[in-house]
Amino acid sequence: MLQIEELRVEVGGKTILDNVNMEVPKGETHILFGPNGSGKTTLMMTIMGFSGYDVKRGKIIFKGEDITHMPIYERARLGIGVSFQRPPTIKGLKTRHIVEMCDRNGTADIESLAKQLNMTDFMERDVNQNFSGGEIKRCEMLQLMSQQPDLVLLDEPESGVDLENIGLLGDTINRLLRRNVKTPSIKPHKDAVKEDMKSALVITHTGHILDYITADKGQVLYNGVLCCSRNARDILNWIREYGYEECIRCAK
Amino acid sequence: MREVDHEKDIRLENYEVDAQDHDYVEQLSRIDENDARKFLDVGVDPVENGRLGTFIQKDRSVIHCKSQQEGIELMGILQAQKTHPWLKDYLWKSISPDTDMFTSYAYQKPQGGFFIHAHAGVKAKETIQTCMYIAKEGFAQNVHNVLIAEENSELHVITGCATAPHLLSGLHVGVSEFYIKKGAKVKFTMIHDWGEEVNVRPRTVTHVEAGGVFVSNYISLKSVGSLQMFPTTYLDGEGSVARFNSILVAGKGSHLDVGSRVVLNAPKTRAEIISRAIVSGGTVIARGDLIGKVRDIKAHLECKGLILKEGLMHAVPELRGYVPDLEMSHEAAVGKIDQKEIEYLMARGLDEDEAISTIVRGFLNVEIEGLPSGLRQRLDEAISNTQKDMM
Repeated sequence: MLQIEELRVEVGGKTILDNVNMEVPKGETHILFGPNGSGKTTLMMTIMGFSGYDVKRGKIIFKGEDITHMPIYERARLGIGVSFQRPPTIKGLKTRHIVEMCDRNGTADIESLAKQLNMTDFMERDVNQNFSGGEIKRCEMLQLMSQQPDLVLLDEPESGVDLENIGLLGDTINRLLRRNVKTPSIKPHKDAVKEDMKSALVITHTGHILDYITADKGQVLYNGVLCCSRNARDILNWIREYGYEECIRCAK
Repeated sequence: MREVDHEKDIRLENYEVDAQDHDYVEQLSRIDENDARKFLDVGVDPVENGRLGTFIQKDRSVIHCKSQQEGIELMGILQAQKTHPWLKDYLWKSISPDTDMFTSYAYQKPQGGFFIHAHAGVKAKETIQTCMYIAKEGFAQNVHNVLIAEENSELHVITGCATAPHLLSGLHVGVSEFYIKKGAKVKFTMIHDWGEEVNVRPRTVTHVEAGGVFVSNYISLKSVGSLQMFPTTYLDGEGSVARFNSILVAGKGSHLDVGSRVVLNAPKTRAEIISRAIVSGGTVIARGDLIGKVRDIKAHLECKGLILKEGLMHAVPELRGYVPDLEMSHEAAVGKIDQKEIEYLMARGLDEDEAISTIVRGFLNVEIEGLPSGLRQRLDEAISNTQKDMM
């Protein structure tokens, strides 16, 4: 689904990612761990094609197509969707309107999606205007549910979300990815990849979201370099027990 | 950038004050097709959907004037002066003829205008529409409008001003005196669509008595030679309220100098002025002036401009408070569209043009009470035209 080869990315003339190689096969969910400032968000923004993230080397391939220099909207239409950590407010643009625009096929049942995400009361409000952390996340998920992308990029989906809503968020992610797992599940995910399952790359630095979703693989990004790749839950346990530094020392 | 002097740039002798008289049209459906289309562009519906009355002045002739609700009078000002001798107590009482060159011109060469009168306690069931239309090239249309909302009455007026297709130059001077009495509510929406070299000088003063409400909306989306207005509203009675919303789009060659002034003269009065402007090659001077004269008043001014293509966006927000215990604030911002917002929408599958027009539409999406249906569509058209200019 997604393949990244020898990617080097500069932001403001400074190298943030160097020689990143990664593959997210169809139907798999990968977790990207890493301390603050390690380049996780940069990787996500580069995959989506945002300005200010200059690809100096390497390439990004999605569904077999080289998308390294493709405009953002073409990547979106090709099937990449992203949930932002701090999305901008757009004054005068109603949440309902943006959710409708995400649904390019015109197939989403927006009212019932809004209801599932407890967003009904927000539909007539300006998108993200004075939304709390949890409301922003639910709004982002609502847009993705409407968009139905084949590859979902989630930037810290659990940050700023209260305990009551984190389960709802986990459920929504599972539904979005067509992984029919109810929360919370501690069992490692060993299911065979089903035909209609979507792919995902999930950024987290606390790992809490793993109590609610299952993942096929975990990777650790440190100082712009991917340094470990194995079972997501194992990585999380090590980081929890020994911290990132130890995790990185081991990887070396 | 063209500097404009509101008086010196205009030579009154260059304009014609004579025009042929146009016939009265009893049935609105008989109105000339080209004219009717222009009327609709400024919210004046020839089919009168949701309208209780229509007043149309073409050049200097009243070509249609009818109200369908008892207690709501609608007529030409000259007719009204004959019908109601008491009108002299209102005419030129709020605005002095020697205010400026244009008011004295309108005083010396009067050419009609409308008179709207809501009797005490009468609430208009639907909207009254009025239209000021210039059909003759180079004509100076000097109108004098009077609106009186008696105690506890309610009125909603849409006034559309336009010029005939292909008309290039003209001058429109509109002296308007509005009197909103105790407990009366008036919503007044003005939509302009003038020719590219038409100069427009509205001069409006409104007095609002205790508990009265005045909501004024102004929309100018198309190119106009120059427009300068700074209507003043006096909140004279306790608890009276004034709200102003303006949507301004200035393409190349357009010069809009538009503001609102509210004088808060009585306790517990409230005023709000909101303007949104798009500059795409033209000039917008967006003024706002709030004057607090007594304690316990509240007033807010919000003035935002987006520059899409080189021009001038000049925000001039002013607050004047004279006593303690008053609350006055303003918020002004001039800038461009945030790239982050564009890319956010692009990440949802919108291309760059779609993203920009969505943001611009949102920017202009101030809550305008009672905006006529169909006008939203014109707004969208104007925005997409603005974008074409940008490219």
